[in-house]
Amino acid sequence: MFQLSFMRHAFAAATIIAVVSGMIGVFVVARNMSFLTHTLSEIGFSGAAFAVFMQWPALLGMLLFTTLSSVIVGQLSSDETRRESVISAVSALFLGLGILFLSLSNKTASSATSILFGSVVGISLPEVWQLVILSVVVFAVLLLCYRMMKFDSFDDVGARANGLPQRLLAIVFLILVAVAVSVASQIVGSLLIFILLTLPAASAKYYTHGVAKMILLAVLFSLVGTWLGLYLAYLSNWPVSFFIATIEVLIYGSALVYRWRVNN
Amino acid sequence: MVVHDLSFAVNQGDFLVVIGENGVGKTTLIRSLLGFLTPQEGTINKQAGLRIGYVPQFRNLDAEYPLSIRDFVALNFPNTIRPWLSRDERHRLQQILEQTKLAETAERPLGLASGGEKQRAYLAQALLAAPQLLIMDESTASLDNEMKFELLDLVSRFQQQGLSVLFITHDWELAKHYGTRYLHLMPQEYEQGPINELPASSEEGDE
Repeated sequence: MFQLSFMRHAFAAATIIAVVSGMIGVFVVARNMSFLTHTLSEIGFSGAAFAVFMQWPALLGMLLFTTLSSVIVGQLSSDETRRESVISAVSALFLGLGILFLSLSNKTASSATSILFGSVVGISLPEVWQLVILSVVVFAVLLLCYRMMKFDSFDDVGARANGLPQRLLAIVFLILVAVAVSVASQIVGSLLIFILLTLPAASAKYYTHGVAKMILLAVLFSLVGTWLGLYLAYLSNWPVSFFIATIEVLIYGSALVYRWRVNN
Repeated sequence: MVVHDLSFAVNQGDFLVVIGENGVGKTTLIRSLLGFLTPQEGTINKQAGLRIGYVPQFRNLDAEYPLSIRDFVALNFPNTIRPWLSRDERHRLQQILEQTKLAETAERPLGLASGGEKQRAYLAQALLAAPQLLIMDESTASLDNEMKFELLDLVSRFQQQGLSVLFITHDWELAKHYGTRYLHLMPQEYEQGPINELPASSEEGDE
């Protein structure tokens, strides 16, 4: 399997993606932002379609659209109920735009499939390096504000009481999510991105009660899903996203069973 | 609500009880003290560099809240880049957990803790930063009688070691039991003084 260069690239990319999404995912789950992550992935689809239309690399379009929109969402009022509906409206608009861009660029069917559901085969060595660089940036930023981000994400009332810069932290975090979404969609595709950004972290929180341990466990769960998924996809020729989704759902299911057994 | 011409002081080691019905401006008062609101006129003189610890009234933590009591309390070390706790920080954390009687249950998830343990964890988190003034907003409101006294016994132990406390409540019994001074906020007016001058109940206070 590793004689094939595209499989080597795919495994390298999958590893990077698993680490970034497991790490960011813990904060996504703590901040109750799973819904927003889903929206950002739709916006990412639109960005990728725009990039295809402009004949840019897909990653560039995704980064542009997701970071821009996450800054805008960060400026929205903190009124929770309105926020959800505004986010829905934004995501509907971007899905529509994505379909328009694809149709204008005359590449509809195959590009759409690979953007929406991911494709392992397509990843080249320079693209792997792009992912490495983006991931290092995400990791460095998160490390720099780790304690504040932890406080703000796991106890926003306490963080406000202690005068933390919550608006700034919210925007920084949204940008980190935007980059993580763009990175992760290279493998699982934009439709299934929230799988890697939410399920491993949501499972991890049932097994352990510290932030660092949750991050380690979430990264581990993502790695199991992506590595095993790639291997099974290689053996069976079925889509890798299918396997990753199934494995992560199984991990989440067993976490729920574990919690139920501990509490009863 | 609006607070007019309010003038009061909290000195070191005071246990100032701020008492009054809902809507007389207790929350506005705290927000001004914490610097979230600026008074339209007048000044708030805080000792330069005064460290204020604030225990808010509401926390939205459900039964699924994942952090252990220890990790929740430790959140209030935000101003360092080092991701892990230093030896000094770990020591300080352990000391606070013991002083707030949380050391034995510290590894349990906070979401599954009792109401009293939760309030003690909120208190411990605020005390971790070694404040000189502690502001507690209705911290006993959700507790049963025994737990109210247990929590405030802990607080008054810190007060005896020099911590100033500003305790917002509408529980007159607790006010008289723990306060050293009171500030009674009423619509359009206020009274203050040593705790033994606090009227017996809100009805008398309104006359």
